[in-house]
Amino acid sequence: MKLTVKGGKREIGPGERANRSILCLVYAVVFLFLCLMAYVGYFLTVDREHVINNAYNARLDGFAARVERGRILGSGGEILAETRTGEDGREIRNYPYGSLFAHGVGYSVRGKTGLEQLGNFYLLTSHENLLDQAIARLSGRKSRGDCLRTCFDVKLQQLARDSLGEQNGAVIVMEPATGRILAMVSSPDFNPNTVDQDWESLVSEDNTEAQLLNRASQGLYPPGSVFKTVILLEYIREHPDDYDQYRFDCTGYFQYEGYTIQCYHGNAHGSQDLSHAYANSCNGAFASMGLELDLKGLGDTAGELLFNRDQPLAMAYSRSRFTLEEEDGDWQILQTAIGQGLTLTTPMHITMITAAVANKGVLMKPCLTDSVENAAGEKVKQFEPSVYGALMTEKEAQILTDMMELTVAEGTGSALRTESYTAAGKTGSAQFETGKETHSWFTGFAPAQDPQVVVTVVVEEGGSGGQTAAPIARSIFDACISGQKDVY
Amino acid sequence: MTEMIADVSKYLMILLAAMYTYWNFRYFGAAGEKKRILCTRQNRLMFLLHFLAYGVMFLKTENWRLPVFYGVQAVFFLCYLFLYRKLYRNRSDILVNNVCFLLCVGFIILTRLSFEKSVRQFVLVVFGAAVTLVIPFIIDHAWQLSRIPWVYGLLGLALLWIVYRSGHESYGAQLSLSVGGISLQPSEFVKISFVFFAAAMFYRSTGRRQVLAVTAVAALGSALIFFVTWVFMVFAATSSRRYLGLGILGGGLASVAAWFLFSHVRVRVMAWRDPWADIDNRGYQITQSLFAVGTGGWFGMGLYQGLPGKIPVVEKDFVFSAVSEEMGALFALCVVLICLGCFIQFMMIACEMQAMFYKLIAVGLGTMYISQVFLTVGGATRFIPSTGVTLPFVSVGGSSVLSTFIMFSVIQGMYILKRNEEEEDRYETDC
Repeated sequence: MKLTVKGGKREIGPGERANRSILCLVYAVVFLFLCLMAYVGYFLTVDREHVINNAYNARLDGFAARVERGRILGSGGEILAETRTGEDGREIRNYPYGSLFAHGVGYSVRGKTGLEQLGNFYLLTSHENLLDQAIARLSGRKSRGDCLRTCFDVKLQQLARDSLGEQNGAVIVMEPATGRILAMVSSPDFNPNTVDQDWESLVSEDNTEAQLLNRASQGLYPPGSVFKTVILLEYIREHPDDYDQYRFDCTGYFQYEGYTIQCYHGNAHGSQDLSHAYANSCNGAFASMGLELDLKGLGDTAGELLFNRDQPLAMAYSRSRFTLEEEDGDWQILQTAIGQGLTLTTPMHITMITAAVANKGVLMKPCLTDSVENAAGEKVKQFEPSVYGALMTEKEAQILTDMMELTVAEGTGSALRTESYTAAGKTGSAQFETGKETHSWFTGFAPAQDPQVVVTVVVEEGGSGGQTAAPIARSIFDACISGQKDVY
Repeated sequence: MTEMIADVSKYLMILLAAMYTYWNFRYFGAAGEKKRILCTRQNRLMFLLHFLAYGVMFLKTENWRLPVFYGVQAVFFLCYLFLYRKLYRNRSDILVNNVCFLLCVGFIILTRLSFEKSVRQFVLVVFGAAVTLVIPFIIDHAWQLSRIPWVYGLLGLALLWIVYRSGHESYGAQLSLSVGGISLQPSEFVKISFVFFAAAMFYRSTGRRQVLAVTAVAALGSALIFFVTWVFMVFAATSSRRYLGLGILGGGLASVAAWFLFSHVRVRVMAWRDPWADIDNRGYQITQSLFAVGTGGWFGMGLYQGLPGKIPVVEKDFVFSAVSEEMGALFALCVVLICLGCFIQFMMIACEMQAMFYKLIAVGLGTMYISQVFLTVGGATRFIPSTGVTLPFVSVGGSSVLSTFIMFSVIQGMYILKRNEEEEDRYETDC
């Protein structure tokens, strides 16, 4: 190459000097282009899948002309969704379990939701072997798309759905160590097989049921006493050495500056230390605690627990809301401290907080998908559990675990007391409209010191958490821990 | 059956482009006769690729205008190659080849996007090719080109003035002018006159005064490409690290100023940083482009199998995405490598030229060319914010085609000038 300029000690002319500069420029430009091409390569190998699997990418529909949309499977290989081709060549998506997986699996007419949307790219990509693909091409048949295996345990999902029955609400079952979601129920639901026909009534203005809404991740509820976990964590953070010295004398009513906070049904809890105030869900204790807390610190703690933040969820979800400022006044502080006020959260968010407690403070990203396999059942891709980060320290998680265990052993979670395992949890009864029954909450995990599953239950207008939501959680724990699953 | 042919052709076209690119770089190391052979092979590859692409497009659309259009194009390429061969004994074959290859890719993708636009583009290309055929002759025979910097300067200013008085803004930055239905962008030509002006100024001397004069002109142009070209030319002319440093510093400050002064700069940077946040609006173009490149993948969807039309102004700023979507990222990257090869060729010619004036022109034009390639490809892939620059010879646009033809012809002229000189030297020593 003529570009190289011979070095040496002799005098160099202006031409040669210029050539050296030119050479430098060429190197700089070549380097920039190498970066550009490396970037394109990175984009195509690493970023590609999640970038193009977007509802705005109309191109994926073009894949459907060549590939028959793959199946969605339960964790045991059960078919949750499949494509059937009619005699007229029209493809119909069939959901053998009807409404059972309505929100998790979703539908794929009139837009896509749930896994039909999240896994769209995989379902429309074929990893059939090349010979089969070539034969399919020649015979004018479509290649068969890959199957998406989910984490859903069909029996558990059925059990959760049955336990909730006719009541509105949501149930989530998750493995805290992996983030795998074993069951996710939202009620009322709809039948994805007939969603096209039912569309008008589902979206009609007269319809107040909101069946299409996935209450598990999109339903915003006041957290009620479940929020006491947040207050408790902030209190422990502010009193790391003497939180066990805490005492509160409960008369059933807590009065402050003319405001009254009442414990559930006005029950007097008597003298309470911190763990019993939490276990008995003593409103008076937490209301008075709220007045003492540093509101800035409380805001930070709530933020660390993902209030007002983006959540590590691929599925559609609502962000939780928490606001409390110095100028908000005492009533607002008292209300917020017992989980009322302006705070709103979703069952999935509460599940994540509980899962972090159960998993030594570390939150695993909730995931619905296990793996992708081709039409012949050979594995193409495995989704590995991934860490979101620590929401609290291991020590804090242990303290909260102990208190949640006490809640079941001596407090409001009595419905979960059993010989066969030790559960830990928190109940909640959240007021949302005067004159209406409270929303019933339970969130917890079992076994307490070796958590295998986290369960969160919300029953709309279900009354007290201990009486309505906790027994539903109980039936799920029984099935998971005691292996009574096979009964169902 | 059509599907099978289309599939096989898709991979074949990538293979052809890869081989073409390989030989393009092999050329740099080859000597004498070997170069001729490589270039002849490249011609064959290009014609094969051209044939395959139009064959597939015909099978897909069964539009009988396509084979006719193909035939006319093939005749044009043959004539262009033949004329260069006849007129200029000492031409650089690789440059002529690359011009044809890039035009060929342009024709293919434009025909795919819009038959009408590609026909108009073809007419402009024929016009540009014919007019600029004479430029190497002028460069070879006109000795006084370096003596008239103010002519280039005034020409540039006049063009800018025309734009300022009667031009209109489109998509925020590019200024254009409509003449008889054809949209002209005088700024494309201002760039070339700027390079000549700067080269002539530096040729006289590289004192402060000259650097200042050129800086003032570059500042007037105020476009990014001017700026980069200015920095490169100053550095080549003076070899002064201080000017380079000052240039980069100035560029940094100017970028910050542009951010605060111009809303369209802010919009583009925001759309680059997080296009997903405003996918309906500001982020629409870039996300559609990413969908196109991503969905096409390494091997592409195949011609007429994608949706390149979803990207706004795809035939201009985002032609790279269209090529990548349908013909494959591998093919598109080959095109980028060929552009890079052209730049290296420009710079090699710059190094060979004795006179500083010619050296600087080659550096200036080369920089201008490669900046355009980098800005458009980087913009389409979200490597850098999108700047609304076209891919020379591939994107649609008369001004772009004509100005690129001028660039390549000037460089070609210098190559011929150099070879002719060498021949004369040899002739003299032989006697």
